[in-house]
Amino acid sequence: MHKDETHQHMHGYGIYILVWLGLLTLTGVTVTVAGINLGAITIATALNIASVKSYLVLTIFMHLRIEQKVFRIFLVVALFFFIISIVLLFADYSFLENY
Amino acid sequence: MNTQEHAVGQVHRDDISSRMGMWLFLFTELMLFGGMFFLYSVYRFTNAEAFHIAAKELNTLIGCFNTAILLTSSLTMALSITALQKDKKKLSIFFQLLTIILAFGFLVNKYFEWATKFDHGIYPGSDTLLAMESGEILFFGLYYVMTGLHGLHVVIGAALIAVMTRLTAKGIINKDSFVKLESAGLYWHLVDIIWIFLFPLFYLIA
Repeated sequence: MHKDETHQHMHGYGIYILVWLGLLTLTGVTVTVAGINLGAITIATALNIASVKSYLVLTIFMHLRIEQKVFRIFLVVALFFFIISIVLLFADYSFLENY
Repeated sequence: MNTQEHAVGQVHRDDISSRMGMWLFLFTELMLFGGMFFLYSVYRFTNAEAFHIAAKELNTLIGCFNTAILLTSSLTMALSITALQKDKKKLSIFFQLLTIILAFGFLVNKYFEWATKFDHGIYPGSDTLLAMESGEILFFGLYYVMTGLHGLHVVIGAALIAVMTRLTAKGIINKDSFVKLESAGLYWHLVDIIWIFLFPLFYLIA
C-alpha cells in the first residue's frame, strides 16, 4: 500500500471514537444477551461478540489494518495454533466417559 | 563525529522490526493467558452447574463499569499516538495521563470488588471457600488467578505508559520517533483484549 519504511499511515481521531462507541455498544449487547436464556448457544454468543470486539481492537487500535501484511500473517499463524490446541483439547474431553 | 554527520541520520532505526518484536512478545502473552483459558474451559465443561452458582457471587455492575473504563483507556492510548503524529505533544501527554488515570480507576474498582469477596469470606484457602463444592472452589481459584494476573498486567502497563509519558515530555519520543509509545500501546490493547474475554466468561454466566 505504501513504501515508506519509517512512517506508516495514520488514523484520525474520528475512527478511534467510532470504534470505541462500537465496543461500548457491543458490551451492552453482551450484557443484555446474557440476561436472556439462550441455552446451549449462550457461551457461543458471548464468545462471538468478544471475538468481534477483539477484531476491532486488533485492526484499528493496534493498527493491523494499516500495518504491513506480514503482521497479519503472524497473527493468523499464532491464532491458528492457539485454536488447534483448544480444538484438540475438547476433542479429547468430549470423548471421555469419566472425568 | 561532527553535527553534520549526525544530522544526515546515520543512526540505525528499524521501527517495523521493533513493532514486530513487540507482537512476538504479545503472542507469548497469548499463550500465558491461553493456558488459563484452556483450564477454565475444561473445568467449566466438567463443572457447568457449580460455575453458574459460583458466578452469582460476582458483581456484574462493577464488571461492566471496569469494561467501560478499560475500553476508554484503550481509546485514549490510541488517541495519544495520533496526537503525537500530528505533532501535538501536549495533547498526546494529556491522553497518556488520562490512560494512566483510567488504569488506576480500574484497579481501585478491582480492589473494592476483591475486598467485598474477602468480607464474604471468599478468598483462596478460606474456610468458607473450602466448604463449597469442588466446582465452586475451582471457579474462584480461576477467578483470583486470572483477574489477578490481568490486574498485574494493568499495573505493568500503567507503569510502562508512565515511562513513555516522561520520554514524550523530554522529547525523546516525538513526531518522528514514536515506536516506543506504539509498543506500549500494543501492550495496553492486549490487556484490553484479555479483559474482553474475561468479562463475559466470569461475570455473565450466572
